[in-house]
Amino acid sequence: MVWLERILAVVIGITAGIGGYTFFYARGLSYLSSDPKACVNCHIMREQYDGWQKASHHGVATCNDCHVPHDFAGKWMTKALNGYHHSKAFTLLDFHEPIQIKPGNAAILNANCRYCHKDYVREITAHRVVNDEELYCVRCHDGVGHGSR
Amino acid sequence: MKKLVGYALLMSLSAIAAVGVMLLKESIATHKAEGRQIAFPLANLTEQTLNPAEWGKNFPRQYDGYRRTSEHTGTRYGGGGSESFSTDKLTQDPRLLTLFNGYAFALDYRARRGHAYMLEDQRTTKRVTQRPQTGACLHCHAANTLAYRKSGLENGAPGTLEEPLNSANGKTQLMKGFEIVSAMPYSNATKRVEHPVACIDCHDPESMQLRVTRPGFLSGIARLAESQEPVPHLPSVEKWRSGDKKESYDPNQLASRQEMRSFVCGQCHTEYYCGPKATLFFPWNNGLKVEAIESYYDTYKFKDGHRFFDWKHADTGAEILKAQHPEFELWSQGVHARSGVACADCHMPYKREGAIKISDHWIRSPLLNINNACQVCHHFPESELKTRVDIIQDRNHGLLLRAEDATVALIKATSTAIKAGATEAQLETAREFQRKAQWRTDFVNAENSMGFHAPQETARILGEAIDYARQGELEAEKLRPGK
Repeated sequence: MVWLERILAVVIGITAGIGGYTFFYARGLSYLSSDPKACVNCHIMREQYDGWQKASHHGVATCNDCHVPHDFAGKWMTKALNGYHHSKAFTLLDFHEPIQIKPGNAAILNANCRYCHKDYVREITAHRVVNDEELYCVRCHDGVGHGSR
Repeated sequence: MKKLVGYALLMSLSAIAAVGVMLLKESIATHKAEGRQIAFPLANLTEQTLNPAEWGKNFPRQYDGYRRTSEHTGTRYGGGGSESFSTDKLTQDPRLLTLFNGYAFALDYRARRGHAYMLEDQRTTKRVTQRPQTGACLHCHAANTLAYRKSGLENGAPGTLEEPLNSANGKTQLMKGFEIVSAMPYSNATKRVEHPVACIDCHDPESMQLRVTRPGFLSGIARLAESQEPVPHLPSVEKWRSGDKKESYDPNQLASRQEMRSFVCGQCHTEYYCGPKATLFFPWNNGLKVEAIESYYDTYKFKDGHRFFDWKHADTGAEILKAQHPEFELWSQGVHARSGVACADCHMPYKREGAIKISDHWIRSPLLNINNACQVCHHFPESELKTRVDIIQDRNHGLLLRAEDATVALIKATSTAIKAGATEAQLETAREFQRKAQWRTDFVNAENSMGFHAPQETARILGEAIDYARQGELEAEKLRPGK
């Protein structure tokens, strides 16, 4: 049976090899960084990336600062989840255009607005539980991240 | 044995996984290749390349969209009918027969078809086959730059066809030819053109930059720039006004790219005069609003000294103004123009093909393409956006029908007065009210957005129309026998 185990080892090795190469070819490691360029590896978000370069938050926040939670577990959970959804969507090309933020990611985004701007918005949110749909910052301030349209 | 099966299974799974990974690798490679934007210039394009198919060799994506304007499309208020036979507006709304009595529009008035049919439909409408028309109609219904320039050269304009259209000689040839061709009988003039609106009408063949080529717009926008009308939605015009004004405003030199994305449409989607009594012109000397255009027409004198009018109404003898499709004028009064949104933003929205972003050259109603046309700015579900438009258009339509009813009532009352023997002098006031009321009603009716381009403005216009029509009716009633 040794020959069979050897063949098996070779096959698994090949699979791991091409898997690893594909990961490298698709710039997989870049997704572990916070470099905004990683978000335009695929061209779907090129407009958002271009818009961000002209927008007011360009100097103070990158993609991850607004779109990924600031705590360790939340950050990597969100990265993993979005990584899965985005690769699936870009491979199958079955998503809505123009692209739209989903409720989960919208909640993260809104929490991040308040994370940085808490000194200014505390008064607004002081006396009641904040409902994200009612106080969705970018509903009005929609040009701050990706520029005005 | 069991172990052997286990090994075999594991090996197959591993092999299948390898195949899957290879497929994924291939898909990523394809997407990466799409990311490299490459244009292949296959055809040599010049000012003499009229055929869009030639341009299509270099710009296949845009050409594919352009060709689709031949497809039948319809919305609740626009288009309509079938592939080969568009809705007859005169049957749909018989008031129009009364309103247009004595004018060619009472012969034949149909819902629009796509850009691809503009020349064919013009050649076959009864308005052209049963009434003599001039070559001026081709100002908007054909790719005409080459025909104009050739005619200009035949009639003494300087230079050659090789020169760019925007050169001094090119412009002189264009303007000269425009005057000559516009004065010809339509049946002769139309033999000089062969394509409906084509790439060359809006694009420079060298650089693909947007450009305006229609003489009517070039003169019209220069007159508008010289007027007092505030045009905050056209910043380059405002800027020209603050300069020395030594040279006329020239959109091809001064307009921003975003302004050009409306100007190229405004070359034709406007109010203009194209009848036989003067060379075609855009009436923008006093501004773009309905009463600014009216005031220009009221002071405009034909060569015979008579004031401007399109036709004498067959029932009442009033000198009536016919509105063409004033989309550019109405858009100018709306919130979208004021927010810097160009015609092309909604009617030719950007779309993605692979990694390439292009403007959709299948020019059509945004209602047929709500996600690309509206959702880029308005982050609401398609159904909600459509409902908003429906509400605006239904309100406008209701008011429009009331304005038509009021104008028809005025026409009936005036006819009765005429039959009762009212004199020309007595009829004067009622006729003037009809001119005002009908101009406003038709301005909204002829405009192709059912009020959407500027809802508050159309409500104002129709409110005035109803008021003028009923005032006129009161005047006519005074002339009834026994009063």
